[in-house]
Amino acid sequence: MALSREQLAMRVAQELKDGYYVNLGIGIPTLVSNYVPEGIEVMLQSENGLLGMGPFPLESEIDADLINAGKQTVTAIKGASFFSSADSFAMIRGGHVDLTVLGAFEVDVHGNIASYMIPGKLIKGMGGAMDLVAGADNIIVTMTHASKHGESKLLPQCTLPLTGAACIKRVLTDLAFIEIKDGKFHLLERAPGVSVEEIQKLTAGELVVPDNVPEMDL
Amino acid sequence: MSGFNKVVDSYADAMHGLQDGMTVIAGGFGLCGNAENLIVEIKRLGVKDLTVVSNNCGVTDFGLGILLESKQIKKMISSYVGENQTFMDQLLADELEVDLTPQGTLAEKMRAGGAGIPGFYTATGVGTEVSKGKEVRQFNGRDYILEEAITGDFAIVKAWKGDHYGNLVYRQTAQNFNPMAATAGKITVAEVEELVEPGELDPNFIHTPGIYVDRVIQGEFEKRIEFRTVTEEA
Repeated sequence: MALSREQLAMRVAQELKDGYYVNLGIGIPTLVSNYVPEGIEVMLQSENGLLGMGPFPLESEIDADLINAGKQTVTAIKGASFFSSADSFAMIRGGHVDLTVLGAFEVDVHGNIASYMIPGKLIKGMGGAMDLVAGADNIIVTMTHASKHGESKLLPQCTLPLTGAACIKRVLTDLAFIEIKDGKFHLLERAPGVSVEEIQKLTAGELVVPDNVPEMDL
Repeated sequence: MSGFNKVVDSYADAMHGLQDGMTVIAGGFGLCGNAENLIVEIKRLGVKDLTVVSNNCGVTDFGLGILLESKQIKKMISSYVGENQTFMDQLLADELEVDLTPQGTLAEKMRAGGAGIPGFYTATGVGTEVSKGKEVRQFNGRDYILEEAITGDFAIVKAWKGDHYGNLVYRQTAQNFNPMAATAGKITVAEVEELVEPGELDPNFIHTPGIYVDRVIQGEFEKRIEFRTVTEEA
């Protein structure tokens, strides 16, 4: 079975370590905050100027001045700080964030990522994504492995305008956890009940499959 | 109004001097921390062919979005078109010039503009369309592109509290781009929620010192929320 959005978030959450500062993109990455393992503490960075983002507010706590990068109302936890956009991106571009999780339309075997526009159809803008992929060392891309029509999103070469070049090393899809190195995809783990053949079939870029590919432990 | 008393009483005075073709730098992130009534005044003035520098462009009927509706904007310099359908439609129909700029680069362009730094090198955007036509230089074996600073004829910012000297304090994530925008305008206009007596703001906690601010006006804010997300009461 392909992973649900929640299961993707659960698997990413296993990569969190005590004391990490983490930036979570909009969508699936945001869900990661619901699965922080017991006994560890992380600080979520929201690039609009908040370190120490908490859960959504109670109805009675809603404050228009306190939002996340997805423009949703949020709260601030104990130990939080507010700062300007320039300070926020100094943290990001200066390499101070320990883990960055973001979505994508496509990734390729060279570690390129495309996530901000589909020419002629959809222009969202890159927001902070170009800064995040250029500034972070430890990045996990979360995405579906293929489109609804079965077209692979893990390609030999991205077809859409790039968000960043040669910057992605790990991709978690609904089918597999994949490492990118030496111009190839390397299969690390597969979603429970998903076969290597199925992953192979939906991966357009060259995929290296080791003898043993463990199932994810969720 | 004289000396250090920068308070103006009307929006007409606040935006006096804004003309067709000028560049306006606006603070705010989404609808958070927007100089709401200064934007309404720009609409009322009817000035055209503006270049607006702002992370987003409001929503269709609120914030900077109202200036798109009235076709007063020639060019936007922004990082995120996002949820504004008018923005996307005008862009896809080539009615609007848009310089999509990474968010951190945009913040730094404003900061550099205000600090008298004409340009800076950054790794953000290397190997993407953002790098087209820009100088590439290697530092310690890595490629960086040259990005140029931005200054505006006007900057419009929104603060929580301000005094007549133009000292400003922002609140929570309504700070965002406002401090950098404030430094980068030839004329910087601050719309504040609370105009306080001189001496009331603790000098230890001023975000924007008054030297950057030319005009101050106290406004009434709607503070519209774009996405109202809540945790259910237990």
